[in-house]
Amino acid sequence: MNIRTFRRRSFLGLAAGALLAATQMPLPAAADALATIEASKVIRIAVPQDFPPFGTVGADMEPKGYDVDVAKLIAAKLGVKLELVPVTSANRIPYLQTNKVDLVISSLGKNPEREKVIDFSVAYAPFFNGVFGPADVAVKDAAGLAGKTVGVTRGAVEDLELTKIAPADTTIKRYEDNNGTISAFLSGQVDVIATGNVVAAAILARNPPKKPEIKFLIKNSPCFIGLNKNEPALLAKVDAIIGAAKKDGALDAISQKWLGAGLPADL
Amino acid sequence: MNYAFDFGWLLDYWPVLVKGIAVTLELTLVGGVLGVSLGVACAWARALGPGWLRPVVAAYVELIRNTPFLIQLFFIFFGLPALGVRMGELEAANLAMVINLGAYGCEIVRAGIQATPKGQFEAGASLGMSRIQTFWYVVLIPALQRIWPALSSQIVIVMLGSAAVSQIAAEDLTFAANFIQSRTFRAFETYFVATLIYLALAIALRQGLRGLGWTLFPKRTAR
Repeated sequence: MNIRTFRRRSFLGLAAGALLAATQMPLPAAADALATIEASKVIRIAVPQDFPPFGTVGADMEPKGYDVDVAKLIAAKLGVKLELVPVTSANRIPYLQTNKVDLVISSLGKNPEREKVIDFSVAYAPFFNGVFGPADVAVKDAAGLAGKTVGVTRGAVEDLELTKIAPADTTIKRYEDNNGTISAFLSGQVDVIATGNVVAAAILARNPPKKPEIKFLIKNSPCFIGLNKNEPALLAKVDAIIGAAKKDGALDAISQKWLGAGLPADL
Repeated sequence: MNYAFDFGWLLDYWPVLVKGIAVTLELTLVGGVLGVSLGVACAWARALGPGWLRPVVAAYVELIRNTPFLIQLFFIFFGLPALGVRMGELEAANLAMVINLGAYGCEIVRAGIQATPKGQFEAGASLGMSRIQTFWYVVLIPALQRIWPALSSQIVIVMLGSAAVSQIAAEDLTFAANFIQSRTFRAFETYFVATLIYLALAIALRQGLRGLGWTLFPKRTAR
C-alpha cells in the first residue's frame, strides 16, 4: 500500500466515522463518561443473560449471576441507579462502542484484538481451565497425571491442551459433552477431569460426595470489565472500586457465591 | 457449492480409524457370541424351562426390548457405580451389548422353538433320547437353522448399534470418527469415510454369518 492510497483510505474512514457519529447521539467521547453517569445518576451495564453462573435470568425474570452482582456492587459504590442491559457474547462490544452501555461486565476475556478497540479494567473474575480432582488424589502438574485416568470433553480447549502436555501413560477419556465428563467424574470412572472452573462450580453446586478441587492450571484467561477508550476517569474509578472490593472481601464473597471457590491469589 | 473436499487428514489419522474398527469388531464378536448364547439359554428357559424361571426371563426380555440401548448403557456405566459396581467403558459396552442381544435373541430363538411341531418332542422321546438330547438335536438345531437369517440380521443391528458406546468414551469406530472430526473439523469427509467403513463391515459380517450358517447347519442349508 503506498502513501497516497493510505491517505485516501484514512480520509474515507474519517468521513465514514463522522457520518456514523453524527447519527449516534450522545457520542462516547463527547463528554467524560464518569461525569455523565454522576449527573444522570444512572449507570448502564451490559451483562450476559445466557451464561451461568455469570449471568442468567431467574424464574422471577430478574437477572442474576456473578456479573450481575459485580454490576450491582459498582452501581452501589458510585451511588447511582443501575440499569442492566442484557447482551450476548457477540454484541457486547458493539453495545459499548455505540454507547448503549457505559460498562460491559460480561465475562469478557482480554486479547490484543479487543484491546485495540476498547479498554479493560483490572480483572474481576477468575476464568480458567485446569485439572480438577478430589482432595485425596495427589496431582500437582502435568507430569503428575502419569498412570492416571483423565476425563475431558472432546474437542474442548482443555482436550487439545491436555493431549499435548499429558505424559504418555496417561489415559485420556473423551466424553461427548460436559455432562458426560461430569458424570464420569462423579461415578468414579475417571480419577480427575480437565475442565473449566465454571464447570467445576456447576459440579460443586450439586454438593456431591466428590468435590472437584483445582490441581493445576492449563489456561488462565480471567474476566475484565470493558469500557470505551479515552475514559481515564471512569477507568480509574472502576479499578478503584474493584481494588477495594478485593481487599474488603466483597468480591471474594461473590466468587464464593457463584463459583463455589474464593478468588485465586493471583487475581 | 464452494466447499473444498479434503481427505488429507486420512494420512495422519488412519491409525485412529484402524483402532476404532478393531474395537467395534471386538465388541461385535464378544457381544455376538455371548449374546446369542444368552439368547438361546433364555429361549430354552422361556419355552421349556421350570415354571418359576419363565416370568423372570420374560421380565428381563420385556425390560430390555422396551428401553433404549443408550439408556441401558448409561445405566451400566454411570449408574451402577453408585451401587459399588464399577467397570471400564469396554466392559460396560460389552455387557450392555450382550444383555441387549440376549433379549432380542431370546425372542427370535423362541419363535424357532415354538415352530417345532409337538410331535417331534414325542418322536425324540420314543427314540429313547433324553430330554436334553431331544432339546439339542430335535428342537434347537432345526430351530436355529430356521431363524438363522433373522438372528444374523439382529447381530448386524447390534454391530451398528454399538456406535452408541462412543458416548461412554469407548473408543470404537464412531468415537474415532467423532475424535477426528473434532480435530480436523472435516465433518463431511470424516463421516463419509466412517459410513463407508460401517457399510463394508456390515456387508462382510452378513456374508460371514451366512457362511457360518452353511457350516453349522450343512445338511439343511445346502441349497
